[in-house]
Amino acid sequence: MSRSSMWGAIGGIVRRDLLLAMRRRSDAAMSVFFLVIVVSLFPLGVGPEPAVLRTIGPGVLWVAALLACLLSLARVFTADYVDGTLEQMVLVPQPLAVLVVGKVFAHWVISGLPIVLLSPLLSLQFGLSGESLGVLVMSLLLGTPTLSMIGAIGAALVLGVRGSGLLVALLVLPLYVPVLIFGAGAVTSSMAGIGGEANLSLLGACLVLSLFLAPWATAVALRIALE
Amino acid sequence: MLQAVRLSCRRGERRLFSDLTVKVEPGTLLAIVGENGSGKTSLLRIFSSLLPPEDGAVLWEGEDIQQLKELYSGQLTYIGHLNGIKDDLTPLENLMSAMALAGEVCSQTEAQAALEAIGLKRPIHRLPSKVLSQGQKRRVALARLWLSTRPLWLLDEPFTSLDVASTGIVTERLHAHLQRGGLGVLVTHQEVDLPTDRLQRLRLTG
Repeated sequence: MSRSSMWGAIGGIVRRDLLLAMRRRSDAAMSVFFLVIVVSLFPLGVGPEPAVLRTIGPGVLWVAALLACLLSLARVFTADYVDGTLEQMVLVPQPLAVLVVGKVFAHWVISGLPIVLLSPLLSLQFGLSGESLGVLVMSLLLGTPTLSMIGAIGAALVLGVRGSGLLVALLVLPLYVPVLIFGAGAVTSSMAGIGGEANLSLLGACLVLSLFLAPWATAVALRIALE
Repeated sequence: MLQAVRLSCRRGERRLFSDLTVKVEPGTLLAIVGENGSGKTSLLRIFSSLLPPEDGAVLWEGEDIQQLKELYSGQLTYIGHLNGIKDDLTPLENLMSAMALAGEVCSQTEAQAALEAIGLKRPIHRLPSKVLSQGQKRRVALARLWLSTRPLWLLDEPFTSLDVASTGIVTERLHAHLQRGGLGVLVTHQEVDLPTDRLQRLRLTG
């Protein structure tokens, strides 16, 4: 296997998935709107006390990001499974894990990146300061790809199962806990003046670990789903 | 050369076939026939390496395909009973992305020529595939056969929902592939109109 054909396979799958997302913009927009609405409900429900909002802000944003990511997970492999494209992906002369990386990257661009870009605007509702705002964006930038990576394992495991949407949430949410703790922790500690570097490093470690293990686990789950 | 050695397959509680040995020489086609549920598609999926056999092995040029993995995938074109085309993409985009995925990148001109060869006219190339009929979608999937340079073709009921004329075109294409020394395995309910010296029939009894 040559290196160029490997990148060709990744590029091909990313291009196709982004093109499909462009044709079905409403699907991608839904999880973004979901995020905006969930985040905006909290100031309305908790009340306009600035100190309280600042305390809960990072956590709320991070939980909302988790849920928004979860919402789009069911779509990662289902369409490919139903229309037979997944069979073709498995029979490509490249390791399946390589294609999984492409799929997950496309998923992140469609559903993770908008969260990262929107987060500064949303955090205004919680009165986050300039510096912790930067840490928040950074933590989401490191954390959301991890969410997509871990989520892909769950999405592959529940292929062809009835009521898979809820099942994937039950499978994946516990695995999201470390990312949530480190992500929200980074912002909280930067607000407390300790600086968020330690937590950001841990988030980076989570990302590397998931990049290493998740594509492989996802590929195994996909093969089992197709048998 | 493709060989199946003492294959057996079980789906759930039911044993579909056991101790099945068959050989496909270059230039010939194996047509798998049998009743519904007799295990034809399962056998084809075993040949494609999508499904591991319960027992036995499939050999490509004498080597076990479970060991060859991606090297074996690089030898075959598989068209299953699902078309593998996206409703939101046009036939042209579908064909080009399927070829790119398979590692056989083709130009737009080549893809258009392939679609025309199987009887899909230019105006159809740029419609979303969801407006196509079942037979037209099948033809988009089969158009890959005009671009494929792989020696082994595995086709699951390629003639489903095709009209008589298209069935003829696909059969001709198959014949040309065999004449070039290619191999094929075909699951079908129909008679395949190929010279008898190129055709081998395998009946599964279930």
